[in-house]
Amino acid sequence: MEILVCVKRVPDAAENEIVVGAGGADIKREDLVYSVNEWDNYAVEEAVQIVEREGGNVTIVSMGDSEAEEVVRREMAMGAAQGLLLTDAAFDGSDGLGIATILAAAARKGEYDLILTGALADDGAGQVGGMLAALLDWPYASVVNKIETKDGKSLRIGREIEGGTQEISDIETPCVLSIQTGINEPRYVGIRGIRKVASIEIPILDAGALGLDAAAVGAAGANVRRIDYFVPQLGASAEMLEGSIEELAGKLVDLLKAKGGIR
Amino acid sequence: MVHEPFSPATAMLAGMPAKVLFALIPLVGLVCFAWIIARRLAPLLRAAPHPCWQRIPERILLVLKIWLAQWRQPRYMLAGVLHIVVFFGFLILGARSMQLVILGVVDGFVWPGFGGTLGAAYNVVKDFASTAVFVAVAILAVRRAFFKPARYAVPEKYGKDHTPEALFVLGLIATLMISESAFEGSLLAAQGESVTSATVLTLTWGFARTLSGLQTSTLAGINLAAYAIHDLTFFFFLCFLPFGKHFHVITSLFNVFFMRLQTGNIKPVAYGISDAQLDDVKSFGVKEFEDFTWKHMLDFYSCVDCGRCSDRCPANAVGRPLSPRFISIKARDYAFEHYPLFGNAKADAVPLIGGIYSEDEIWSCTTCGACEEECPVGIEYIDKMVDLRRGMVDDGLVPQSLQKPMSALEKRGNPWGKLEKKRAEWTAGVGEGVNVKLVEKGETAETLYFVDSITSYDDRMQKIAQATARILSKGDVDFVVIGKDEKDSGHDVRRFGEEMLFQSLKEQNSEAIRASEARRIVVNDPHAMNALRNDYEDMPPVQHVSEMIALCIENGKLKLNPLADASKTYTYHDPCYLGRHNGTYDSPRQAIDAIPGLKRVEMKGNCRDRSFCCGGGGLMLFYEPEEEQRMGVVRVQQACEAGADVIVTACPYCLTNIEDAIKVAGLEGRMEVLDLVELVDGQLQH
Repeated sequence: MEILVCVKRVPDAAENEIVVGAGGADIKREDLVYSVNEWDNYAVEEAVQIVEREGGNVTIVSMGDSEAEEVVRREMAMGAAQGLLLTDAAFDGSDGLGIATILAAAARKGEYDLILTGALADDGAGQVGGMLAALLDWPYASVVNKIETKDGKSLRIGREIEGGTQEISDIETPCVLSIQTGINEPRYVGIRGIRKVASIEIPILDAGALGLDAAAVGAAGANVRRIDYFVPQLGASAEMLEGSIEELAGKLVDLLKAKGGIR
Repeated sequence: MVHEPFSPATAMLAGMPAKVLFALIPLVGLVCFAWIIARRLAPLLRAAPHPCWQRIPERILLVLKIWLAQWRQPRYMLAGVLHIVVFFGFLILGARSMQLVILGVVDGFVWPGFGGTLGAAYNVVKDFASTAVFVAVAILAVRRAFFKPARYAVPEKYGKDHTPEALFVLGLIATLMISESAFEGSLLAAQGESVTSATVLTLTWGFARTLSGLQTSTLAGINLAAYAIHDLTFFFFLCFLPFGKHFHVITSLFNVFFMRLQTGNIKPVAYGISDAQLDDVKSFGVKEFEDFTWKHMLDFYSCVDCGRCSDRCPANAVGRPLSPRFISIKARDYAFEHYPLFGNAKADAVPLIGGIYSEDEIWSCTTCGACEEECPVGIEYIDKMVDLRRGMVDDGLVPQSLQKPMSALEKRGNPWGKLEKKRAEWTAGVGEGVNVKLVEKGETAETLYFVDSITSYDDRMQKIAQATARILSKGDVDFVVIGKDEKDSGHDVRRFGEEMLFQSLKEQNSEAIRASEARRIVVNDPHAMNALRNDYEDMPPVQHVSEMIALCIENGKLKLNPLADASKTYTYHDPCYLGRHNGTYDSPRQAIDAIPGLKRVEMKGNCRDRSFCCGGGGLMLFYEPEEEQRMGVVRVQQACEAGADVIVTACPYCLTNIEDAIKVAGLEGRMEVLDLVELVDGQLQH
């Protein structure tokens, strides 16, 4: 099976102190360290496991500047044979549809049976996977937490839905799936793993190479523009429960029930 | 010499000279033994290299101490003393057993020089030796069969109970002792000699007395039978040794000779490969059995199955899926199965992880070193754990809980991913009158205080850094802190098998330390101390702050006020990497005892080199083990039982783990834990 996995280089929430920048429309990026978007890491692991089981190839693709190469390489070290970097100044400022358009152009240049994306990334929109499927006119399933390969023409997939319930569906290939964390346990990639794939060449494709009209993507083509970032104000106080341990437990259960935490 | 009335070498057996049989038994026995040993050596020949031929005088000393003097045996008093009796009995009776073998073919054989007084004296000694061994073996058998000490139990997942094998071997030894004594006793009885009072109450004496008066022909029969039984048992036993835990009778001498000479250090990824060449190494660590070094395989063969390692192992004690004893036993069983006595070695090498070991089993080890401290035959475990982890890391098998801190260490140089520029922020809270110099500001000093990650960043542990700075300042130590260019020492990164990340941290730190131009380093974290001392190269001398405090108290630079509240009882918890791995037990105690009015007790049986690990440091803080209880809780309970109200330690990780454990154990308000520097800082005379 030929699998394309789309990955994004994002500031690592665990290893940074995120501060809103002066303009308000972005965060301060000077001291940030970046890594692969966590969901994408699960998508790559899933693709690698499928290929280990069924044969085929995994290709990693990322849209970003030259620094995204490090992320592509790290993900390749998990067991992907190829990487693609989609870089063009014209891509800057793309909205979700713009990113999906660029990725779709890259996907059309290969013969893929399956495209995986992370369920969402740092901006939390979770839109690129669905748009990519629509642009390719392929079937799509979101927040997938289980993939079983069947006869080569379809996949049996599990989706996480409300309340921890799982929905099992069959989906025809080629298709696009957005992957939920927890679908597997991604393998570790250290410095050594990255050095092993250091010599593999990663082709860099720009708008021209992808056959894209530069005006249709990037800030120029964006229909959605970010206006403001702000840190929510801290609530004034917390609610303190009082009473004996039994009373506390009872009150807590009532509260959790009332807020829909438990049924 | 007295003429002997009968001799196995001249006896007839079923119309044939018995000599033929008594020549055949040793011949067949030795051929079988040689074959078995050759097969046992087969995996060692395919193993990874392990240079063991350097520092021979130290190795000889180790053999004299640990093997010959049985140094570690009395740590378990009853079993230890009984083993010493059997061990020395074997050494003494070795000459006699050989003599007996030759007596079967050479009539009246006596070792050169044993004809006169020396021989007579030896005969007395060996009679007592065989009797002592017999008595010891009998006690051991009763102990094994009826008292069943807990540490010999075999949990179900590890297979069948080993008691039958142990009892069988004890039976063989008893048979050897009895047959040798019956042989000698029947001869004495036939010679009609009055049994010398020198051997009174020995087995030989008993046989001679019991048998005296019997007809010579009967005595000749008993003598021949005793001889034959001894001869057969002797060679059977010899060939049986390499099939189980009694292989140690043969291997322990070599195992002790080749054992590790140093503590605290970790073996390189591969011997003979420099750090710079690591990129060319195809596979890291131990993945298959043959990736172990030959010394590590010899360890497996030498395991006595005595259970002392697991008895002292904190991971085993809290129900983690690790028992060091079975790391050895399972690998030994693997070797026996895959390198059979006949036929080729099995080609279907199975990966060790998922085969005989589980991932969690290998991650469960805190590398505290309690097992190695205890092993009476010098088996090492830490290097094996690290090698197995290197293999897992190389294959990407790292628990998710550890991947985040490892990634943060790679990117930010600390496991929490905190900003580099905030590494020295703790200095703001040191207080007035103490100026902490910083290399990042271009300052230098003779002493470098290497703070390491947890003490730099953790709100609670920053207090240790601040107290350390105040004490150093009070002790007139001109010191400097690196600041943003200091990275995690990588101590536990290395021990968790991420060698390349460790190398990267080591390079960055080495450069920063060199740039500081410091001539000595002081640390408060024993892990950092161990890394700088034993993992880094060409570092200035590294001192733990407790050693420095003890020195400053001694030379009068630090003076301590009496304790305000003298009602509390203190105890000291030895951090593994300060105590066991680096031998510093007394300095922290001296520092504590220098506080007037302080009452200190020891956690008897669990202190100094038997200290019980708090739960482990570095990346172990992030690992989520399967366990029934926290190690720290066990430790707090031990302190409680010792009658202590305050636990003093000298390691930020111990402080973290014990502080958490006090809460988990519900002892908040009744027990407290302090770092040594906090205690001393609070009592400084200004």
